Amino acid sequence: MTTATAGHPGTNGRTENYLNATYGIRSWLLTLDHKRIGVLYLIGITFFFVLGGIFASLIRLELLTPGPDLVESETFNKLFTMHGVAMIFFFLIPSVPGVLGNLVLPIMIGARDVAFPKLNLLSWYCFIIGGGMAGLAIIMGGVDTGWTFYTPYSSTYSNSYVALALVGVFINGFSSILTGVNFMTTVHKMRAPGMTWFRLPLFVWAQYATALIMILGTPVIAITLLLLALERVLSIGIFDPALGGDPVLFQHMFWFYSHPAVYIMIVPGFGVVSELIACFSRKAIFGYSFVAFSSLSIALLGFLVWGHHMFTTGQSVYAGMVFSFITFLIAVPTAVKIFNWTATMYRGSISLESPMLYALGFIGLFTIGGLTGLFLSTMATDIHLHDTYFVVAHFHYVMVGGMVMAFLGGLHFWWPKMTGKLYSEPLAKISGILIFTGFNLTFFPQFVLGYLGMPRRYHVYPEEFQILHVASTAGASVLALGYGLLFAYFMWSLFKGPRAPANPWRAKGLEWEIPSPPTLHNFETMPVVTSEPYAYEEEDVTLAEPEPVTPVEEKEVAR
Amino acid sequence: MVALSLLFCVLIAGAIVFFSIRYRRRSEDERPKPVHGSIPLEIAWSVIPLIMSLGIFFLGAELYFRMYTVPENAIDIYAVGKQWMWKIQHPEGKREINELHVPVGQPVTMTMTSEDVIHAFSIPAFRVKRDVVPGRYTTMWFEATKVGEYHLFCAEYCGTQHSTMIGKVVVMEQNDYQNWLGGGVSGESMVEAGERQFQQLGCHTCHKSQSGGRGPTLVGVFGSPVQLTSGEVVVADESYLRESVLTPRASIVNGYKPIMPTFQGQISEETLLQLISYLKSLGGGEE
Repeated sequence: MTTATAGHPGTNGRTENYLNATYGIRSWLLTLDHKRIGVLYLIGITFFFVLGGIFASLIRLELLTPGPDLVESETFNKLFTMHGVAMIFFFLIPSVPGVLGNLVLPIMIGARDVAFPKLNLLSWYCFIIGGGMAGLAIIMGGVDTGWTFYTPYSSTYSNSYVALALVGVFINGFSSILTGVNFMTTVHKMRAPGMTWFRLPLFVWAQYATALIMILGTPVIAITLLLLALERVLSIGIFDPALGGDPVLFQHMFWFYSHPAVYIMIVPGFGVVSELIACFSRKAIFGYSFVAFSSLSIALLGFLVWGHHMFTTGQSVYAGMVFSFITFLIAVPTAVKIFNWTATMYRGSISLESPMLYALGFIGLFTIGGLTGLFLSTMATDIHLHDTYFVVAHFHYVMVGGMVMAFLGGLHFWWPKMTGKLYSEPLAKISGILIFTGFNLTFFPQFVLGYLGMPRRYHVYPEEFQILHVASTAGASVLALGYGLLFAYFMWSLFKGPRAPANPWRAKGLEWEIPSPPTLHNFETMPVVTSEPYAYEEEDVTLAEPEPVTPVEEKEVAR
Repeated sequence: MVALSLLFCVLIAGAIVFFSIRYRRRSEDERPKPVHGSIPLEIAWSVIPLIMSLGIFFLGAELYFRMYTVPENAIDIYAVGKQWMWKIQHPEGKREINELHVPVGQPVTMTMTSEDVIHAFSIPAFRVKRDVVPGRYTTMWFEATKVGEYHLFCAEYCGTQHSTMIGKVVVMEQNDYQNWLGGGVSGESMVEAGERQFQQLGCHTCHKSQSGGRGPTLVGVFGSPVQLTSGEVVVADESYLRESVLTPRASIVNGYKPIMPTFQGQISEETLLQLISYLKSLGGGEE
């Protein structure tokens, strides 16, 4: 059994790649290599995902019974706040851009690195320092404002460590901006010869659209959070009506970022799914340019819909109408994407390997998440459903069912490229199915709960809602099992997994034409792109592999 | 809408499952023919969802407008939210906490504000919900159609005991409601209480019942346009009156001097609501 050996054979027969070129903790913490920074991000977000997951488990356990049993109200409020802060700001937002984007975006366009490697490293440090401050706020006693930090509760009434958490999120914002600037410049300036805009993989288009939102949106949340921190510490009177401020102003400023932030989280996921569907159907994406431009139009329209979070706040009926209308417009490019992915599968050669399972899971769950969004953007129905479990179920379908599924699909897809190791495919399938089933069991009952009127962020609740809460908690344990299994076999793969070939999926794209793991500078010679993306009708590009590894053998090895 | 959503879910899921089976990979070296796209198809699946979503939008917006148009014969009930309770005042003077008694078959307008943070007044059974914001009034209306008891929730997260800021709405027959209203100890209606406050706080020394006082007369002001020194014309609604009491210098009526002292921090939200209902009783509007 040989492995891909297209890199420089090292002195003792070992190939040199980005993972073993240098050793020691310094070589990692001071690295400027985009791939290593991607790995650093992966470690960071895994930590926050586990942390947020622990908070979520405690919330679900508490809600098993209507009364207060496990934790007190104050603790419960801190749990759901910190679950939201950890998952949104420190897991979802940096996940695909930080990990997968850093790892493969430069390789996909034939570049040796991103445009500003030092800024790239700085972005990781902003993320870690911001995360550290949020973590410190948790250790000191936590925050209880909800991740939305609504005023005047957050500015005047809360007794928790709000300012510290705000500064943490503020600093983390710079990580987003730096990544955005970096990706945008890289895509503009560093494409290999022949890599025209319409030959870019759709993952790159999606990252480009995301970068646009990151650059335009993040400064607004930074200013908002800074004003809130100042209000809290110095009582400057911007948001607190007792000081002459306007509490609803905060909501406008907050959602002006936080709605586009939803697209910072989901659009990169669209990119991943496009790659997966094409590869495992062995077909070019149906309607390439429609998929590419729908990402951009979602990114732009996303800035004009923030008011749909505020239909019940007493904003003018006419303003509400405009926000509702534009929200419905976003449904169109989103639907176009779903239809194009489905059409891509038509007459394809479909193989249901684990990344594809995640991609199909994504389409199913995201469709439900998207369609239930229509109930919330319809003004009349939103009045009833606003601030209930229906909203909770809706955004978990989009964020976890959509984004996390896409991220895990992408992680399974590029894991062999990143680590040079294979994981156990049967275990991956089992955990994929567990996650899909557990997710639905957890969150589908919440749609019903919300329709029946169960408000969100309730520590104790009327008894009639209990049965659905029990169902939801039961589902969450299946979900946790799925995540646990996934973590276990990835760890096993890292230390004991068999070597991965350069192109285990027989996929198209520049990242599959270099060895796994890639060498320090990705390409030995500048690649020249001569064909369209997703040219699955063409024969495989054969690397200088002594013996091409066939997928059948790989599977045997994997077992 | 549920049917439409189900249709799309089944359609997409069905297509995925069907394609996965029908076009499963039969040999490792299979290379399917590329299909690059189809403009007519793209247009079709852009335009059809667009028409559908616009249809839903119009239905929803139309209903929303109706939800915000208060019927003529609605009765006024006032609510003040504070951490963590609802304080309700009926115009007849009856007060209650965390309970709201309303008559069946009668439109009710709630005028609401908060003493501290943002709350939301939500009655899921009536499909109504409205944020209750400190520093301003928000209103909503509903008409209970069935006698019974229903949940009253605070739907906007408001701090530690948020989930205990709940109560019940008791819908009663007209007669029972009248009896219930009469069973109170106060005996003083909101208007009467407001009038008493108007005297006690000394408002009447400047705001006389005829013009010529140091402040404008307040008879017939509610609901009418008021010319300000800035040249702007505003309608004297609840929020305007509230602002004039708490921060009198924010908008000065044309022809008067900014001499009124502020009552910020001196009167409670409930007293303010009584004052306003007294001012409302002085008439006004476009009759």
